[in-house]
Amino acid sequence: MRNIIKITTPLNNGKIINLKAGDFVNITGYIYTGRDAAHKRLFDLIKKGLELPIEIKGQIIYYVGPAPAKPGYPCGSAGPTTSYRMDPYAPYLLDRGLKGMIGKGLRSKKVIESMKKNKAIYFGAVGGAAALIARSIKKSEVVAYEDLGTEAIHRYYVEDFPVIVIIDCQGNNLYETEPPKYKR
Amino acid sequence: MREIKANQIKNKVKELFLKANFYINPDLTQRLKKALEKETSPIGKYVLKMIIENNQIASSEKIAICQDTGLAVVFTEIGQEVHLVGGDFIEAINQGVKEAYQEGYLRKSIVDDPVFERKNTNTNTPAIIYTDIVAGDKIKFLVMPKGFGSENMSTLAMLKPADGKKGIVDFVVETVKKAGPNPCPPTIIGVGIGGSADKAMVIAKKATARKIGSYNKNEKYAAIEREILTKINNLGIGPAGLGGNITSLAVHIDYLPTHIAGMPVAVNVCCHAARHAEGIL
Repeated sequence: MRNIIKITTPLNNGKIINLKAGDFVNITGYIYTGRDAAHKRLFDLIKKGLELPIEIKGQIIYYVGPAPAKPGYPCGSAGPTTSYRMDPYAPYLLDRGLKGMIGKGLRSKKVIESMKKNKAIYFGAVGGAAALIARSIKKSEVVAYEDLGTEAIHRYYVEDFPVIVIIDCQGNNLYETEPPKYKR
Repeated sequence: MREIKANQIKNKVKELFLKANFYINPDLTQRLKKALEKETSPIGKYVLKMIIENNQIASSEKIAICQDTGLAVVFTEIGQEVHLVGGDFIEAINQGVKEAYQEGYLRKSIVDDPVFERKNTNTNTPAIIYTDIVAGDKIKFLVMPKGFGSENMSTLAMLKPADGKKGIVDFVVETVKKAGPNPCPPTIIGVGIGGSADKAMVIAKKATARKIGSYNKNEKYAAIEREILTKINNLGIGPAGLGGNITSLAVHIDYLPTHIAGMPVAVNVCCHAARHAEGIL
């Protein structure tokens, strides 16, 4: 097994340049959640040139709509949702300084181009490993769009949150490089 | 006639949805462990180990296997000798779903209007309910919480009869190839052939819940299942789409008589968290 690289949030270009597609990474610090409905609202604000309800500069957004927390748990099961639905909005957030996205599945060319331009990373979390992943989420609070329920923007404090670098800031893409090795 | 109370239906549906969301069935666990032995990709192995560990955590702590606790799909077979008393059948099922999702800390993922408001119903209802009237005096339930990462990758082709077996194989493999990492591989692929456009998809979805390791009873169709599975696993997509030789765990085909002019083929993709539970009243 490869070595695990530990990083802390917020991210900056110095940290990001050292991360390569295929690296196993454990993230510690604050990250934000956001999926379809929250992205649409953030996008509408950006289009109008307005302030966002959260400062996304240097931050990571995790594409997730968690299950409700059982009593005694900080958070319910919380695995990644499929990322391509956020593709129409992601470049606008990257232009505003977002440095990392955590999700699963393919990204559009436009998103990858924007990641290269803005020096950002796409991390993959294992889809369906939601109960396991939730163990690394130590604190959870809703910081915007509470009316969206599971789709509200939460701020998580995570410790050793397990991800793999899927697409690095040079545009190297694990989804393109790994599967051909096993094609028969 | 045998009387069954609406309340019994509600309780059974609730019990089955809780069970399906917390516990992966043993046939699937066995297949995941076998996949871990067969997988040669180091990243693929890492992903499979994580999935197996995740399912253990979910069952021991009684928490959701996946945060997407799905659209509630309920297949029912109602014996014609059953007399339902004390309430409405559809309402009883929806009430069971609502209570399971509220009391089990399961995510409510249903919006009331697909295009405009998209307001969450906050109950995970309405459920998708299928009813077949059969002989006997029992009600059989098959519940499936269906996640949409995989549901979104489902496809339908109205193939020509001349497309034959090859047309079917190519279409299913192409569906899985295009889906790539999106539906949370290793997947279970349900294929419905024949019937009508709508019915093909219904049997495809039901086929995903067939016991893993079983094959279609018709040897000709079982041979297609094997051929498609081999071709899918030769794509190299692998666990989580990060490369490997296990992209799907099983291919399940079901078929129906169809029209002289057509050969509908529906593909219903199910993620590795293939959750379902069965019960009888």
